[in-house]
Amino acid sequence: MSAAAALAWQGIRGACLALPVLAAAVLAGAMIGETALAPDLVLSVLANKLAGAGLPVDPVDQGIIWSYRLPRALVAAACGAALAVAGVVLQALLRNALADPYILGISAGASTGAVAVTIAGLGGGALSLSFGAFNGALLAFGFVAILARAAGAGGNRAATAQIVLAGIAGSQLFNALTAFIIAKSANADQARGIMFWLMGNLSGVRWPDVWLAVPLAMAGWMICRFHARALDAFTFGSDSAASLGIPVRWVQVVLIFATALMTAVMVSIVGSIGFVGLVIPHAARFLVGPGHRRLMPAAALTGAVFLIAADIASRIIIPGQVLPIGVVTALIGAPSFAVILVRGQRTAR
Amino acid sequence: MRIEARNLSFAVRGKTLLQDVLLAVQPGETLALVGPNGSGKSTLMRLLSGLAKPSQGEVLLADKPLTSLTRREIAQRIAIVEQQADTAERITARSVVELGRTPWLSVLKPWSGQDTQLVDKALRTVEMEGFASREWATLSGGERQRLHIARALVQQPGLLLLDEPTNHLDIHHQLSILNCIRNLKVTTVVALHDLNQALTCDRVAVLSHGRLVACGAPAQALAPETVSEIFGIKARWLQDAEGEEPFLSFQLA
Repeated sequence: MSAAAALAWQGIRGACLALPVLAAAVLAGAMIGETALAPDLVLSVLANKLAGAGLPVDPVDQGIIWSYRLPRALVAAACGAALAVAGVVLQALLRNALADPYILGISAGASTGAVAVTIAGLGGGALSLSFGAFNGALLAFGFVAILARAAGAGGNRAATAQIVLAGIAGSQLFNALTAFIIAKSANADQARGIMFWLMGNLSGVRWPDVWLAVPLAMAGWMICRFHARALDAFTFGSDSAASLGIPVRWVQVVLIFATALMTAVMVSIVGSIGFVGLVIPHAARFLVGPGHRRLMPAAALTGAVFLIAADIASRIIIPGQVLPIGVVTALIGAPSFAVILVRGQRTAR
Repeated sequence: MRIEARNLSFAVRGKTLLQDVLLAVQPGETLALVGPNGSGKSTLMRLLSGLAKPSQGEVLLADKPLTSLTRREIAQRIAIVEQQADTAERITARSVVELGRTPWLSVLKPWSGQDTQLVDKALRTVEMEGFASREWATLSGGERQRLHIARALVQQPGLLLLDEPTNHLDIHHQLSILNCIRNLKVTTVVALHDLNQALTCDRVAVLSHGRLVACGAPAQALAPETVSEIFGIKARWLQDAEGEEPFLSFQLA
């Protein structure tokens, strides 16, 4: 079997394992909610919409499933996968177990952008919250990147520490700006609204968001998966990676920009959902080990399923009320993570 | 593979760590690099491996400037074992050695049975075959060092750079690693603290305060007068009843 064929086979096998799990999770996301809907109903709606089957379905149910729950589940999956993969990449590149997609100032910048548009009235009402958040995220990331570059990140041994420190500085600055804008001009309702958004909110998600989030998550995943072996080479630091033939600076730039872009888009669609990008990589590492060729798909799948589940939970925990999904990810995630940590300690040889 | 350092100088933040080092290592030769702490051994290693760029001068690998090669091409020719390379990942001993194949693999040239054989062989060479599935965190300093050496071996380099490879090793493994290095057909530069071990190499280069002060046959480069002056001690040759070669004995001056 040729190398290309072996590679294709590997991809097909992986997809065969992952897709049914993902499909089941999305199906569950479409079924479960304030009104529970049967799986055959969901499948009928899919048949109607995708194949024009013309099966008899209550239009209200069809609306709930097609216009609300399905896009929501799909965006949750894309977002969970993207954040988890970004977390894996940044933890590997920065050699820091505490790294997450927001370490480069992205969520802080997104919130500044969001409040600048919604509260400070930047753009005079012509700009959307997502637009503000996305640009704020890029601005903050740009600031962090320039600061890290000026602090001498890249070639030398202390480089990764410089990136982390620049990220912390950037986050603090943009968080302070956010707090400043809120304190200066927000009323109580606006402050509450923005807090909800900051903790993650999938309720406004529609199909156009799916067409943005899903292809982006897939493209980002492929870029990161392509660099899996390079990320393995960072196990003993960037010098060691360089001595194994990895063009360190190039890989750092490509992967950091890819993860930053992925994260910025996800944050601007759903707000900054915490915990996924930090914890899912560790959970996935616990499941399949530290090798990135297996870790990358495992983290993406775990992240996707986890965020769909968290979204379902956020809709049904309190009847008649939707919790911010970030609250759920932390409430479910923190204890499960504690269990993994303790178990991992016990099984360590 | 021949490597040549031409008038290498290296300065960082205005401090000169290495000055005008002129050195050539011939194919197949094992060169020992000795000198006190801070004399520039590790810096020279990093310059020779291309991990650091010289402030002045250049490095030639097989008569080609190192700067004309890509990182991957360099890694297919030069393997380096640095001091204190550590990780918090829960990686197995075998995976550490497998990393050495990185420069030879690509998307269209994935892992093959031949790579597995090379890894097996390297693990046997450093006497770590029984440890293959052990996690990094559970290994001793010496075991980790041997894995790094195995990782460098599976890189199949033409030039092997070892920065104090016998650190953390017990005397059995010190001798067996050195023996293994000397028997390799690859060109090797090895930084050593044990001067008597340096005596067993083909040639010895002595660094002091960033300058190359002696380079040549071991017995000449490590003449007691040179050693005494550079390390600030009193050295003399000693001959035991059975041994054929004399060895160095030291005391504080």
